[in-house]
Amino acid sequence: MLRRWFLIAVPYVWLLALFLVPFLIVFKISLSDAAIARPPYLPVFSWGDSIIDFIRELDFENFIFLTEDDLYWKAYLSSLQIALIATILTLLVGYPVAYAMARAPEHWRPTLMMLVILPFWTSFLIRVYSWMGILSTEGFLNQFLLWVGVISSPLQILNTDTAVYIGIVYTYLPFMILPIYATLDRLDGSLIEAAEDLGCSRASAFWLVTLPLSRPGIIAGCFLVFIPTIGEFVIPSLLGGSDTLMIGKVLWEEFFSNRDWPVASAVAVVLLLILIIPIVLFQRNQQKQAEADR
Amino acid sequence: MNAPVFAPWTDQSAEPMIRFRNVTKKFGDFTAISNLNLDIYEKEFFALLGPSGCGKTTMMRMLAGFEEPTSGDIIVSGDNIGHLPPNQRPVNMMFQSYALFPHLSVWENIAFGLRRDKLPKDQISARVDEMLKLTRLEKFARRKPHQISGGQRQRVALARSLAKAPKLLLLDEPLGALDKKLREATQFELMDIQEKTGTTFVIVTHDQEEAMTVASRIAVMDEGKLVQVDTPDRLYENPNSRYVADFVGDVNIIEAKASPLDGDRYALHWSEAEDALIGTTSTALSDGQSCYMAIRPEKIAISADRPEDAANAVQGKVEDIGYLGNMSTYHVRLNSGSLIKAQVANQRRISRRAFAWEDPVWLSWTATAGVVLAD
Repeated sequence: MLRRWFLIAVPYVWLLALFLVPFLIVFKISLSDAAIARPPYLPVFSWGDSIIDFIRELDFENFIFLTEDDLYWKAYLSSLQIALIATILTLLVGYPVAYAMARAPEHWRPTLMMLVILPFWTSFLIRVYSWMGILSTEGFLNQFLLWVGVISSPLQILNTDTAVYIGIVYTYLPFMILPIYATLDRLDGSLIEAAEDLGCSRASAFWLVTLPLSRPGIIAGCFLVFIPTIGEFVIPSLLGGSDTLMIGKVLWEEFFSNRDWPVASAVAVVLLLILIIPIVLFQRNQQKQAEADR
Repeated sequence: MNAPVFAPWTDQSAEPMIRFRNVTKKFGDFTAISNLNLDIYEKEFFALLGPSGCGKTTMMRMLAGFEEPTSGDIIVSGDNIGHLPPNQRPVNMMFQSYALFPHLSVWENIAFGLRRDKLPKDQISARVDEMLKLTRLEKFARRKPHQISGGQRQRVALARSLAKAPKLLLLDEPLGALDKKLREATQFELMDIQEKTGTTFVIVTHDQEEAMTVASRIAVMDEGKLVQVDTPDRLYENPNSRYVADFVGDVNIIEAKASPLDGDRYALHWSEAEDALIGTTSTALSDGQSCYMAIRPEKIAISADRPEDAANAVQGKVEDIGYLGNMSTYHVRLNSGSLIKAQVANQRRISRRAFAWEDPVWLSWTATAGVVLAD
């Protein structure tokens, strides 16, 4: 009995200590006022003060401020847009890769899987930096294109949205490939044969059978890319231009350039609320998939 | 009242619907089918029978278009279809795993092939309803495949493959996943449906009872070759080789040396300690040629005393009795040491059983009961 309680308690304690408590702290800061102090907000709770007085000083001013300055909602919208486009691009690149992996000879598959996961062995930051080396005006890509003769003057790719998309697609591709590969790998080959037997060409068998049956993998992959991309900060700051507006960047600037912790916290809380919707949808997709497998 | 017997294979003028002509199929170094010729006629219920790896599934997949013959022609209704893709063949297949589309309802599964032909909607729905009725699935039309039982899934697979009214229906171990009772019932159902629709059926199975029950003719295969193509009764009564005799049904195989008597009768010397057996065969055997006598257990009589007029009689002791309910199989150890199986219908209750373990008995059979096969 005790043992069971303990086992159940472990994940809850984990969530409480590492998610709920930090969230409550951030939430509390978002209700505070900015101050030139250390920490840079007021009120600071100390034992001995009356709790009621403490709570009275909290208000939703910062959230109201977010609606007044159009920077914030533009940043949220632009993040959603970039995340959406990047997710679609990742899907377009990832699906064929996953499909090819699932159709590859059995003895090749572990190797291919390894190649997909391999980039994780290098630091994410280093990989994004190396894209700067590739995409800059004097970078490898431009040098190569100039050498081949496709272009006569270097392209400005770095510090544009294009570079952000390239970075996101590159970074999150494995998260797209793996769930799609998992559904395609489980797909019974005789279903495709049955479709062809009943009059489908190769292409229509893919469209009518393979694609609908890999939908759970597509949905899972899309969420796994979409959710972290919304709050992405490193890729837009390193690869994007000054006009690349993403909420992660705004958040960072609010915290570290403006040192306005309360507004930054409010931005973070709203971001979390926005993310809850796709996360819940994702969970539901996973649950449905698990039920269908039973 | 004598219905005309359906036997187009005996009719010289009948044109076969399917012809395999010198078909060879190789997978790398492995020869799955070697130089095979076979004719299958319209409206036949034809069975390909053999152990796993004998090439029967390869034959079927070549008919469906999933494999191409390495050499030779496959002709269906006069057209060489050997290299046509599966979707352009007048052939449909019912898969061993059923291969029902899990994301589509029973109704949509059956309509799948018809929709590919771009038929008008009302025609599709009329045809699907007809198929649902034929397979008694009307009540399950809206369900998904995972919401129905194994037997129902089997019928959906059948309905789906019949929906396009193919010239030829291929059935790959169609009843393999069903339990014994349901399987037997479904065998008769399959025969009914085949008769009603008049479609040519080719079934692949490793279950000889199933093949015997449903098929008009059976091809027994081994290692990529046809061993014998014949009606079930001829396969059983007149196997052309030891392999067929052994594969189809239960049999006692006795090795012997032949010496001709009069006509087609031969004396078969098989043991120093025993008298020669008498058997008949239409194949001419030379004196001293080694051969086999194949005798079915149910054609052997068992008695306490030596029967007067039996052509063949041997004595032994009951070693084992296999009780099957409707019949019993007696394993009788002969004085010479060999073991013979005899099968007797249990016409009386078991308490009245005439023979028990260790009883001395006589086994006897007539000269024509067994089959003599050249080595």
